[in-house]
Amino acid sequence: MQTTPDSLAGAPTRQSFWTEGGSLWLPPQESTTAHEIDGLFNFILYASIILTIIVAAAMVYFVWKYRRQSHVDRPVDVHESKWLEMSWIVVPTLLVLVVFFWGFRAYVGTAIPPSDAITVNVKAQKWAWTFEYQNGIQGFGEIWVPVGTPVRLEMTSQDVLHSFYVPEFRIKHDVIPNRYAYVWFEAPRVGTYQVLCTEYCGTAHSNMGALIHVVDRDTYYAALRGEIGNNEPQAPVDLGEQLYTQRNCNTCHSVDGTAGVGPSWQNIWGQPRPGSESGVVDDAYIAEAILYPQAYIVPGYENGNMPSYDGQLNEEQVAGLAAYIREVSGAATEADRVVPTGDEEASVDAQPPEGGMGDPGTPVADPVDPSDRDAVRSE
Amino acid sequence: MATLTQTPQTAPAPAARAYPVGHEPVHNYLREPRPADDVRGLARAWAWVKSWALSVDHKRIGIMYLVAVSVFFTVAGLLALGIRTELFFVNQYSDTGAVIGGNIMGPDTYNRVFTMHGLIMVFLFIIPSIPATMGNFLLPIMVGAKDVAFPRLNLLSLYVYAAGASIALWSITTGGVDTGWTFYTPYSKETGTAVIAMALGAFVMGFSSILTGLNFIVTIHKMRAPGMTWNRMPLFLWSIYATSIVQILATPVIGITMVLLVMERVMGIGIFDPALGGDPVLFQHFFWFYSHPAVYIMILPAFGVISELMGTFSRQRVYGYRAVALSSVAIALLGFLVWGHHMFTSGQSPVSSVVFSLITFLIGIPSGIKIFNWVWTMYKGSVWLKTPMLYALTFLFLFTIGGVTGIMVGALAVDIHLHDTYFVVAHFHYVMMGGTVMAFLGGIHYWWPKMTGRLYNETLGKISALLVFLGFNMTFFIQFVMGSQGMPRRYYDYPDMPWLEPLHQASTIGSYVLGLGLLVVLVNGMLSLRKKTPRAPGNPWGGATLEWTHTTSPPDHHNFHHTPLVTHGPYDYEVLFQTSGDSQRGAPVPIVEVGGPQEMDQEIDDGTRQPDSAADM
Repeated sequence: MQTTPDSLAGAPTRQSFWTEGGSLWLPPQESTTAHEIDGLFNFILYASIILTIIVAAAMVYFVWKYRRQSHVDRPVDVHESKWLEMSWIVVPTLLVLVVFFWGFRAYVGTAIPPSDAITVNVKAQKWAWTFEYQNGIQGFGEIWVPVGTPVRLEMTSQDVLHSFYVPEFRIKHDVIPNRYAYVWFEAPRVGTYQVLCTEYCGTAHSNMGALIHVVDRDTYYAALRGEIGNNEPQAPVDLGEQLYTQRNCNTCHSVDGTAGVGPSWQNIWGQPRPGSESGVVDDAYIAEAILYPQAYIVPGYENGNMPSYDGQLNEEQVAGLAAYIREVSGAATEADRVVPTGDEEASVDAQPPEGGMGDPGTPVADPVDPSDRDAVRSE
Repeated sequence: MATLTQTPQTAPAPAARAYPVGHEPVHNYLREPRPADDVRGLARAWAWVKSWALSVDHKRIGIMYLVAVSVFFTVAGLLALGIRTELFFVNQYSDTGAVIGGNIMGPDTYNRVFTMHGLIMVFLFIIPSIPATMGNFLLPIMVGAKDVAFPRLNLLSLYVYAAGASIALWSITTGGVDTGWTFYTPYSKETGTAVIAMALGAFVMGFSSILTGLNFIVTIHKMRAPGMTWNRMPLFLWSIYATSIVQILATPVIGITMVLLVMERVMGIGIFDPALGGDPVLFQHFFWFYSHPAVYIMILPAFGVISELMGTFSRQRVYGYRAVALSSVAIALLGFLVWGHHMFTSGQSPVSSVVFSLITFLIGIPSGIKIFNWVWTMYKGSVWLKTPMLYALTFLFLFTIGGVTGIMVGALAVDIHLHDTYFVVAHFHYVMMGGTVMAFLGGIHYWWPKMTGRLYNETLGKISALLVFLGFNMTFFIQFVMGSQGMPRRYYDYPDMPWLEPLHQASTIGSYVLGLGLLVVLVNGMLSLRKKTPRAPGNPWGGATLEWTHTTSPPDHHNFHHTPLVTHGPYDYEVLFQTSGDSQRGAPVPIVEVGGPQEMDQEIDDGTRQPDSAADM
């Protein structure tokens, strides 16, 4: 059931720089800690501008004032002045100490999450972000969080280093395999913000985006119940096509025959795959290729870039992708285009594999009384 | 190898021509040994090749380094233009995700291009640029020696460098590397590209760096001319000395790290790969323990060049000589303690981040001292706005911006926002390119007459300096804004931030202007080598260091006729006024405009040697 208003699930709030609360130098401040960081940024910026102007002005003045008039120009012998030299040692030292302590104080604030923060798990992989609430509901490339509430992201990577960055929140942290990293934010305003990956991670590094939707309480609870997002029953082909872009298959596999990082999906249905378990591209082969991609490598694609989707895609979704591959190979059957009926829909609803969803109407992960925060923060 | 028996280079001098004792025409290092006149064709060419390839003359080795790094700089610069061109437009995607417009290369190609740009620029160009070219050429002359302490070792380090560069470039033929120049694990462990070749190339080149550093340290300690105390050493030598210390101490770490990375890939020993129980952050510690000091390997020699330029072109003692000299050493030592500021977001402990941030700020102080001292050097000086001085002033302006933005990325909370964005890209280009490359260009123009015996075209030189200044700022200043707005680095495309397109376009246009400026530098250098370009006098700029006052342009094979006796500091122009034989009029050394047909083939003593040879005796 789709309950999200378009405005909430849409594009990021920021559509340009300079406007929408931002300045020439910084994007809008959309987290509670942003103003302190911006304060320091601006302090250093203005101090730097003043300093650079002093240096440049002195340079230009000296060049003009003491320009060589003739080959026999003799300069005045200048002797060093202790006071002058001390001044440009002591003053910059004091300035940078101020900057250090300011930065240190702001850092402490951003590094330690408040104890009442709600937790969202984040998993990074080449080249997509997966979010998971404490109750097991997942969002692929999208997350809904309540406005005016501290949110603590507990992040890990499945393959290589990534880095979680939201410019408007001024937060960033590397996401490392085999280790948990934390970052937190509290967004005071409703809006949608772009997540970027800032640690180089290979081919589709620049396309590894995600969205954070900061929403009101009701929408957040709906998200927690799994009612937001694309959970409507779909025909397998449509589901597959949607997953193809949503899970970033398209960054490596084209569907029009273009060579990419991985083999194109066009016309591969039924092709021989000598040496693999089933020998040809069929349902079993596709499931194996998605869940255990390193088990059989297609000749010519030995780079081994394909990440495993084991535990991330359920049977339905794998079947959907298989149907989509049939579709782009011109072998789709009638069954692939049929929207599942009631029975099957029940199985879709049962999607979250873990427990904690005994009563879908109860928000599980938020221990705080919603009315408190709404009164303070919501606009 | 230079032989002791040399055929005279020119026809016997006319009998009417008399030379002062000790000033007979000599064969400069560019010409000798000259093949016998009856040798022709291939044999002659082969003799020429051998005379360079086997030369242990530090000047020839310096020139060979200069040719090599110029080639690599050109290659890496062209790759940079490719990067900027790719980013000119946001890519247009079809419904299926295929790119249908706005790009010139695919993402995998792009990743290889920016990686090769970084690797070539850092390891093949910037690190050897000033120490290996100007250091090799000038260091022995400036200390008043015939050569470096270990001439054969010097030739060996050139060949080790060439071997490392060949191994690294060979990786291009096998598909290049796509890890970024930082080789961060576990990506560098997993990627299917030629990481092993590149890592081994960097490993081998490290030896070249160490050998050169060793050679320079020994030369400075043991081979200074009589009277050249530490306090009379030109600041360029001080900075090369500090650089060499860093090279010797830090380079082994990158070598070991690269070996570990190769072992990780080949044997899976599990040091860095989390899947095997390793720690990817450990790699970053290892990497930056070398690579941050390496930043000082890159910039310290530039400080030395700028000191020379500011002194000579202001005809003034470098203000605060001692502070400038000692701050180089301070930077070299403190440079080992700040590597963690590259890792504020990496997951190292917050306490270490705080400590690294503090030490990082402390290292900014000596850099600031240098800037202020250089600017003040012009005070009451006699500022001569020639091309090298233009580059030096450009350096001061750009390096100041690079320095203050370094304060910004050193401040913990602010760095969290700016880390791995274009702000950092702009910052290190302001330091590395606005710093080192400007000093390199300034130094090359300054010492070009000394190296080649020819004067470049001053007008073209000024045009190039202007184009480089404008193009550079247009390219990289905009990137500060993009970065603080959130544009991450190493992005092939920016689909999530299409509003940055105009800024990227301006930056790309700036990079073309910058490229044009650098092309003018190259053309100017080539043009100056033509036969009809007038010979350069021994001391065209009125410099006061030994390479100007005690030898010809280009220098003789053994640099000096007599071992120089140093009686004053490197920038004591007052002394020069008194000894120049023209003290009433005040010119420290006459600027001799030479030219004309009779000057073309003969090494003429231009008069600069007269007073000093008197001092020698």
